Amino acid sequence: MKVLVTAKRVIDPYVKVRVKSDGTGVETANIKMTINPFCEIAVEQAVRMKEAGIVTEIVVVSIGTIQCQETIRTAMAMGADRGILVEMAEEAQPLAVAKLLKAIIDKEQPRLVIMGKQAIDDDSNQCGQMVAALLGWPQATHISNVTINGDSAEITREIDGGLEKLTVNLPAVVTADLRLNEPRYVTLPNIMKAKKKPLENIKPDALGVDVKPRLKTLKVEEPAKRSSGVKVADVKELVNKLKTEARVL
Amino acid sequence: MAVLVIAEHDGKQLKPGTTNTITAASKLGGDVTVLVVGHQCAEAGAAAAKVAGVAKVLVTDAPQYEGALAENVTAQVLSIAKNYSHIVAPATGMGKNFMPRVAAMLDVQQISDISSVVSADTFVRPTYAGNVMATVQSSDAIKVITVRATAFDPAAETGSAAVEALAAVPAAGLSKFNGQELTKSARPELTAARIIVSGGRGMGSAENFKILEPLADKLGAAVGASRAAVDSGFVPNDYQVGQTGKIVAPELYVAVGISGAIQHLAGMKDSKVIVAINKDAEAPIFSIASYWIVDDLFKVVPELVTELG
Repeated sequence: MKVLVTAKRVIDPYVKVRVKSDGTGVETANIKMTINPFCEIAVEQAVRMKEAGIVTEIVVVSIGTIQCQETIRTAMAMGADRGILVEMAEEAQPLAVAKLLKAIIDKEQPRLVIMGKQAIDDDSNQCGQMVAALLGWPQATHISNVTINGDSAEITREIDGGLEKLTVNLPAVVTADLRLNEPRYVTLPNIMKAKKKPLENIKPDALGVDVKPRLKTLKVEEPAKRSSGVKVADVKELVNKLKTEARVL
Repeated sequence: MAVLVIAEHDGKQLKPGTTNTITAASKLGGDVTVLVVGHQCAEAGAAAAKVAGVAKVLVTDAPQYEGALAENVTAQVLSIAKNYSHIVAPATGMGKNFMPRVAAMLDVQQISDISSVVSADTFVRPTYAGNVMATVQSSDAIKVITVRATAFDPAAETGSAAVEALAAVPAAGLSKFNGQELTKSARPELTAARIIVSGGRGMGSAENFKILEPLADKLGAAVGASRAAVDSGFVPNDYQVGQTGKIVAPELYVAVGISGAIQHLAGMKDSKVIVAINKDAEAPIFSIASYWIVDDLFKVVPELVTELG
């Protein structure tokens, strides 16, 4: 079975993000970039399924600037077989990303698409669901377990009150939550091997997709700062402050 | 303009978040219709009719809506979507699951997790774990929006809207709901609690995590956790507060043994009062705390229980 996974290049989640002084976006110059953590979990899942003999080929797709090739190479070093970069200078919004992925999926015909549940930069949590909708496929979001069972997949997903069990027909789109697995560290020999794996570079035009943004960002700003707090010496002082100053008890 | 809100409910009651979403919807201008989709959900429909600002409630009651499968809920919403200028749902597990599907089928770019309504087409939404607030304007004919419930007050229960039945559309037949394993607790739900006591990696073990229970009992609080505590197996996943877990904003948030990773702060930094207990004097959580104690939590927590009487 062929699997398609996606990998978004994002600002490293441990980096403090700064808003540009003109309010048009965030600083990205000389900032450490990485594979979106949820995409990394998606790639890891595909690789584990290949190691278990369920998956025969893993195709990894990234969408963005030429630097996204690095993100694809990371996924290949983890074990993906082949990469596709849809190269575009401007950031594609989730609907455009979903349309580009649909065009690639129509051509590649995977049985399963594994994506991260959300990108930790714009926090939209939309792409997987949108891809599934455009393909007319079932979806399982926020999954913590997937087992392939012939023409369907048994799913455990994380929901607000606990866990949910689903069966989805294949082909399907699933999106990875934190507890699906713990991604491996890439090793140097595998990084070297990844450099020799095939990586195709295509443009949105070649896929016949309109990527024009539908949302216009008018401005970005930092959230209002909290007023600074105080250190208290002991529990007595704390309870006193909560009762008389904060009045929450 | 006409606004459609899709309610999240358990069949009998609206889930926390839905009434806040109705408040957000009321700011868009135009009549607000609430759609209650479910199986045996007439009571939830009646509850929605009592919410202030609601003009009409549509109830679709059919067996295929048990479990609110995204494919089936989407089909139901699409059957009436064209009648509305705005389609709105809470950015909860359910809303996050089906709404992008609705948006894609309408060829609309969804606006996720809005924290403010600027005008009928312009909204503020948090990005980068709440560290960057973006003001965005939509050019789509229909606006598909999910709402960050903590950013809006819940609507009052002073309404009396008409309730109408809406015919179910055929099930998509793409997936099957096999049940839920819900964490049973007598405590308030995290997203609705007035007070939350949360534990982090500093709790050390699942056994130690239990020392928070007497404190939560004293305060009538919900119990939450950081991702580190969930990943370490101290508590189940539904305890997680953070960027990709639950977003909470209680009156009082007590962070115990939580260092304050960016993604945790993203889920709780809008709490009114934040108390942090940590033995590390440099813990980042102190930067957003209203009050903090630098000391061993295993000493402080029992003392706090005693002090509260």
